[in-house]
Amino acid sequence: MEPATTRHLRPDEIAQIGAICDAVGNDPHRMLDILLSVQDECRWIAPDAMQLIADRTGLSRIAVEGVASFYAFLSQTPKGRVTIRLCDDIIDRFAGMPQVVAAFETALGIKVGETTPDGAISLDYTACIGMCDQAPAAMVNDVVLTKLTPDRGAEIVAALQAGQRPEDLISDHFANLTPHDRATRQVENNIRHAGAVLLGPGSDRAGLENALTMTPDQIIGQIEASGLRGCGGAGFPTGRKWRIAANAEADRRIIICNADEGEPGTFKDRVLLTERPHLLIEGMTIAARAVGAREGILYLRGEYVYLRALIEETLEDRRNRGLLGQGIQGQDGFDFDIRLQMGAGAYICGEEGALISSCEGLPGEPKTRPPFPAVQGYLGLPTVVNNVETFCNAARVLDQGAQWFFDMGTEQSHGTKLFSVSGDCLNPGIYELPYGLSVRDLLVMAGAEDAAAVAVGGASGTMIARDQFDRRFGFDDLSTGGAVVVFNGQRNILEIVEYYMSFFVHESCGYCTPCRVGNVFLQKAIGKFRQGLANPEDIDYLKDLSGTIIETSRCGLGTTSPNPILSTLENFPLVYAAMVKPSQDRIRASFDIQSAIDSARHLAKRRSTIFDEDFSK
Amino acid sequence: MTEQRKARIATASLAGCFGCHMAILDIDERLIELMKLVDVDRSPLTDIKRFTRRCDIGIIEGGCCNEENVHVLRDFRRNCDVLIALGQCAIMGGLPAMRNAIMHSDAPLRECLDEAYITGRYIRNTTHNIPNDPALPLLLDEVYPCSEVVEIDYNIPGCAPSGDVIYETLAGLLSGKFRGFERDKIRFD
Repeated sequence: MEPATTRHLRPDEIAQIGAICDAVGNDPHRMLDILLSVQDECRWIAPDAMQLIADRTGLSRIAVEGVASFYAFLSQTPKGRVTIRLCDDIIDRFAGMPQVVAAFETALGIKVGETTPDGAISLDYTACIGMCDQAPAAMVNDVVLTKLTPDRGAEIVAALQAGQRPEDLISDHFANLTPHDRATRQVENNIRHAGAVLLGPGSDRAGLENALTMTPDQIIGQIEASGLRGCGGAGFPTGRKWRIAANAEADRRIIICNADEGEPGTFKDRVLLTERPHLLIEGMTIAARAVGAREGILYLRGEYVYLRALIEETLEDRRNRGLLGQGIQGQDGFDFDIRLQMGAGAYICGEEGALISSCEGLPGEPKTRPPFPAVQGYLGLPTVVNNVETFCNAARVLDQGAQWFFDMGTEQSHGTKLFSVSGDCLNPGIYELPYGLSVRDLLVMAGAEDAAAVAVGGASGTMIARDQFDRRFGFDDLSTGGAVVVFNGQRNILEIVEYYMSFFVHESCGYCTPCRVGNVFLQKAIGKFRQGLANPEDIDYLKDLSGTIIETSRCGLGTTSPNPILSTLENFPLVYAAMVKPSQDRIRASFDIQSAIDSARHLAKRRSTIFDEDFSK
Repeated sequence: MTEQRKARIATASLAGCFGCHMAILDIDERLIELMKLVDVDRSPLTDIKRFTRRCDIGIIEGGCCNEENVHVLRDFRRNCDVLIALGQCAIMGGLPAMRNAIMHSDAPLRECLDEAYITGRYIRNTTHNIPNDPALPLLLDEVYPCSEVVEIDYNIPGCAPSGDVIYETLAGLLSGKFRGFERDKIRFD
């Protein structure tokens, strides 16, 4: 039999791929859409398929392969008709994922990374899918399953093998459910506290109606006066970003919503997309009016594909109601429409330059800055990229007024913030609370009184210890994109840090050396600490190398990836001190000669005359 | 009062090409000055095979590609107060470490030896065997820089380092005045 990886396309597959390319006008900028569709239909991106797509879009095959090989959800080997992706986040691991994995492996008779011999089911790991509040979780094709147990794992496999479709695992009459019901049947919202701005009661059209009575300059003025800052983590003033884009010389401008929340432990946008999709689109529409954009892109992370139907329904509904499309609300010349761009499993695409690359059909690599996207972004056009929460906030600012928003929060951080709380607490979920709240207050609300460590801001954030629980959330003190991951005293800090480093190693785009190579070295070094093989000077090594990576990396991934190490070195110094010992005779204990010569022993079929003590026997 | 003794130096070449030892000879006529300050103990330059006494300075060329390299390097660490990694192979693994690039293989060492002795395009090996004399030390799974096996006190970079850099470093260390390298001495472009 011909090996699968050299199999040629069947005529029906060729026709299918042709139709997929035609559907987007053979536009090379829609490469990610094309490849996602091909992956869906053929279950892999075959070499022949790449050539065919290259011919259709006018690119070289290697350019297509560059994209196909970049994204985790695209495969260059054949995958099963059903792909089970198990969430490998640290929270999922602590919530019992290893046992669930074992159950899946036993039931399927394959290991993670393999496909059943009949080509029916593939089993894979994937990075955090944004379900930390209901871990352990997994994706089965486009369906999300949460709160998994080993028994449930076996049931799922049995159902799939009996011919059920993934959506049948959710409901017998899945197709008849509304998109919103489909989403909430799969994933709980877990809204624990609704605040005044986003999750409480509020109109989802008043903001746009007010905006229509204002000039673009007045809208931007309102946003500036509200003190709204970007909610994705970096906190750039939203009004300033909009004004830069509005003032940039161009005849086309672009609004992009970053719904690629990939930071481990963050799931606030998931809830906004489920419960406030109209507010989000309203915010984007207001931004379009403010900067004079006619085109918008909503970049939805591949892990949230279960929300696609809901978003598309929302867009269609607003088009039908004259809130999107040509002549919005009857205003001549106010045209704005939004295209939904699916991601394909790449954390780096949360970085705005990488996200723009991805929208352009390229590998999700960050762009050189400056120029900043607000001046030259998508296809070189002035582009406003804001987080889901930011757009929702902007819509509410236009509804309730800048002063109302400004009065909430602290000196540098106004309004409320959505906190995604997960880990060792009684009430994981979403808390919308004003900025300035102390960590301790949030932990009490979440039922996490025995917390020993909290990762504020997720993997790339800051890990704090008990003595800092009185610090306050906000750009004045502890800034966060929203993740608050709680660990109790039973958890091994170094295990958590090692996991976070392995996450960054996996998610580095590989463009620049400090990030691609440096994070591997950091991960290895932490491994030495965990095994008790580190020397005291290895602590300095961690600090030096972290400093180099932060200073020389090209984008935010590398400038934040050493944070788990640096913040735990500072806040949990005893954890490290307890694990180091000076080497004996200045010979490194971390070098294991026995394992180093083992493969040669087997190849040469003889023992070592130097290191095998029983050689003479 | 005891007469001030000469410093004792030992050198070894591990997984290197001996180029760094050639570079030591590039010190040229300053060798005469240097020899007034030092005795050379264990070294291929003297053909002394074992340490006769504890040494002040050990100089290592090459990284570790086989078990004997590890053995020699540990022996140097135990017998020298100060240990210097001389040249790129000792510091980073250098050219021999190219075999570490065979990563996505279940048996990288076998793959490396197969290509080197059997399947390589330009190989003329009529026996079709991989050398396996009992006297040959076992290879390591990859090539390790010296600093992964023992603690290294100083690195002298270069491939090979120039005779000037080697002389100045040694002279500085012997007089207790070594304070690191001038920038122009470690630039190679």
